[in-house]
Amino acid sequence: MHIVVCVKQVPNPEAAFSMFKVDEGAKRVIPASGLQMLMSPFDEQALEAALRIRDAGAQARITVMTLGAETVRAVLKHGLAMGADDGVLLSDPNFQDGDAYRTARVLAAAIGKLADCDLVLTGRQAADWDAGIVGCGIAELMQMPVITFARDVRVEEGSVRVERVVENGFDVIEAPLPAVVTVSNELGAARAPSLRETMRAARKPVAAWTAADLGLKEGDAGTKAARRILERLFVPPKKGACELIEGATPEEQGFNLAQRLRQAKLL
Amino acid sequence: MSAGAITVVAELSDGQPTGLTRELLGLGQRLARGAPLCAACPGADERAAAELIAYGADRVYTSGEPSASSYDSDIWTSWVAAAVRKAQSTVVLVGHTTSGADLAPRLAFRLDGGIATGCIEVTEEGGRLHLTRPCYGGNVRETVSFTTRLVVATVRGGCYDALEREPRRTGETVTIGADPAARRACVLERQRESGGDVRLEDARVVIAGGRGLSGPEGFDVLGALARELDGVVGASRVPCDLGWCPHSMQIGLTGKTVTPELYIAVGISGAGHHMAGCGNARNIVAINTDAEASIYKDARWGVVGDYRKIIPSLIAAIREIRAMDK
Repeated sequence: MHIVVCVKQVPNPEAAFSMFKVDEGAKRVIPASGLQMLMSPFDEQALEAALRIRDAGAQARITVMTLGAETVRAVLKHGLAMGADDGVLLSDPNFQDGDAYRTARVLAAAIGKLADCDLVLTGRQAADWDAGIVGCGIAELMQMPVITFARDVRVEEGSVRVERVVENGFDVIEAPLPAVVTVSNELGAARAPSLRETMRAARKPVAAWTAADLGLKEGDAGTKAARRILERLFVPPKKGACELIEGATPEEQGFNLAQRLRQAKLL
Repeated sequence: MSAGAITVVAELSDGQPTGLTRELLGLGQRLARGAPLCAACPGADERAAAELIAYGADRVYTSGEPSASSYDSDIWTSWVAAAVRKAQSTVVLVGHTTSGADLAPRLAFRLDGGIATGCIEVTEEGGRLHLTRPCYGGNVRETVSFTTRLVVATVRGGCYDALEREPRRTGETVTIGADPAARRACVLERQRESGGDVRLEDARVVIAGGRGLSGPEGFDVLGALARELDGVVGASRVPCDLGWCPHSMQIGLTGKTVTPELYIAVGISGAGHHMAGCGNARNIVAINTDAEASIYKDARWGVVGDYRKIIPSLIAAIREIRAMDK
């Protein structure tokens, strides 16, 4: 079977936010120079899910696919070093500054071009915009079934069986292939690249496709195709009026806090 | 000018509209400015429909099958799409739950609309909807609008007030049959955790633990305080990922959104992705050994110290104060 994992490069989401600047005029988040660019963690877990399917004995070719400028090649390399077989880079000046709708259209066109894709995996949301739209969008555009927030993904004869996280438990859901599954952090940690796979990664094939390769016109892929208008981007103000509870001992601190709670009628 | 006809996707719990559904009806009424407010509730029976009307719906769409109240992605997407078309809505409001976050993007693509997820503010200006949502791990807010005729939004809990329940309000109920042929992904099993009498989302007091608990035993200490305050215990992402507690306890951007009267954050640094799930709590108390933790910027009261000592003394003090008050 052929599994396509859609991954996105993001600035290290674990970095302290002081490493970022928000330019409210240009409506852009600017990471400090030198801040590491990484594969979005949920996407890394989506690739982990694909690798586990192969580890469980399925004959699977795993393709990592990403969209962005030439500089995002690094996330494909990381995916190949984790164990994917090949990569697809979707890069075109027209793809810059898109929204989730446009991204889903480009990815769907690329997955369609691969022709033999059985399972599309991606993270539940990207760690920069936190939207969680593209996976469902690909499924709707390609008219595939979709299962979101997976914590376990297994492939059986012609179908995928997923444990889907809900508020107070999980659902077990089965869908016929081809299908899209979005992966949540409950899946568990993704593996680190092994030395052996890292060595092999350099020789694995990476295709680079432009809008023209995908048969997309300006109206399908360019800024004109975007539906979202970013009106404003800002850092929310902190409340910043914290009263530190004094006390020479933990007993005093505990007592003083209890007093405050009672005065505020919270006890 | 109003934002146009509005449909709220209504979720039920034990046959009743959830708190978040009631909040969405409140928001819907505010945006509708007299235009009809529809509630699309696949599993609504007569009683649930009457409740939705009492909380602000002018028209309730139901599939007429109470069994449809359990979320089924394909059935709901096709059914809600049919209801939205019938209502000729230009705005669809959905709760930011695991169901809503699954349904809303599908619906938007199917109906050729715009989509914003996890919104905390929805306003209307000049006939266009402006939606504000946290991004970059909760550290940044973006306000977006759309060029499309239809906009679908998922909204987080605790951002809007429900209307007063008004049992004498009148409205109509319209039945649209669900299409079983729409189902491709089948739910084979629904596993639910038992226990937990009060849901985190509905709790008046939440005690949450983070990495600073240094181990699963820490949750016993928080549990003792929760019993004292009649609260519910939650967690930030790290303890869930480390297996100290179940993921169902996770509060934050990718977990639950809580809006209690009192939120006691223990050993939690206050990263944006956590605050996105609790920033709307009325009163935040931070207990942390690190006096520089960013949680103090969001808190009303802060205690710097070891929670293992502070929480037992807090419990003792609460008992003492309550005894004096009697």
